[in-house]
Amino acid sequence: MAPVIPRSGDAIFASVERVNAELFTLTYGAIVRQLLTDLEEVEEVNKQLDQMGYNIGIRLVDEFLAKSNVSRCIDFKETAEVIAKVGFKMFLGVTASVSNWDADGTCCSIILEDNPLVDFVELPDTCQGLYYCNVLSGVIRGALEMVSMKTEVTWVRDMLRGDDAFELQVKLLKQVPEEYPYKDDE
Amino acid sequence: MAAIYSLYIINKSGGLIFYKDYGSAGRMDTNDSLRVASLWHSMHAISQQLSPVVGCSGIELLEADTFDLHCFQSLTGTKFFVVCEPGTQQMEGLLKAIYELYTDYVLKNPFYEMEMPIRKPS
Repeated sequence: MAPVIPRSGDAIFASVERVNAELFTLTYGAIVRQLLTDLEEVEEVNKQLDQMGYNIGIRLVDEFLAKSNVSRCIDFKETAEVIAKVGFKMFLGVTASVSNWDADGTCCSIILEDNPLVDFVELPDTCQGLYYCNVLSGVIRGALEMVSMKTEVTWVRDMLRGDDAFELQVKLLKQVPEEYPYKDDE
Repeated sequence: MAAIYSLYIINKSGGLIFYKDYGSAGRMDTNDSLRVASLWHSMHAISQQLSPVVGCSGIELLEADTFDLHCFQSLTGTKFFVVCEPGTQQMEGLLKAIYELYTDYVLKNPFYEMEMPIRKPS
């Protein structure tokens, strides 16, 4: 069987159906606005965005794997590179970069210079604790969980709070390969 | 012309979520198809343990006298397998295409619960 070559993020982005960027940004903004009205507490909204992202991530990962033809990643470094270069490109149209690897190779930062979710957005004083793009951290966590990696994803830098870029810290907690309920003895 | 007899999709715990037969040969009722699906899931798992090669990801092709069974497992654990006439070509391509359709139509359906049987609108 001929080896299947993984497709680049640009190629897939060009081939999938795209939606108007402003429509996407405004819809997301409306969701966050509504969550703030309904839940009132900024922490609750952060949690809800993360949960929504998780639910998206668990389904998104199959689409990502189907369209990009990536094979199993050898280690977490490759996983992070694939998420930043192919994943973000395919779904958001932006390329992210990976940096700040720790000594074991289990923790890294994904940096986004450009983020379509936050166009036109400003955080008012009443919402200073809000992680506006928390849905992205949920998506990454959900997606990696479906491929047997438990991770913790947090925001390190957030442009809406005055930093110069968006930085997500992705930390691999553990790999949980499929367990089969077969006992080896007896 | 080489033909497909049936298509199965099983979730990561081995439960059958989709079954369709495309010919009168080997048609099965619901209970039998559920049993056959879990049987395949177990065989697939056992084959990974039996393999003399490290890093085996399971059975991809089973050739028998009267049929071939091609199986594709996604990295998320969902298995797609098709039972077809011996010698049918390009089943891997077909399985990949079915995987893409699964991601586009099943997973994007907001009313579809993960790991549950796929319901076709009647």
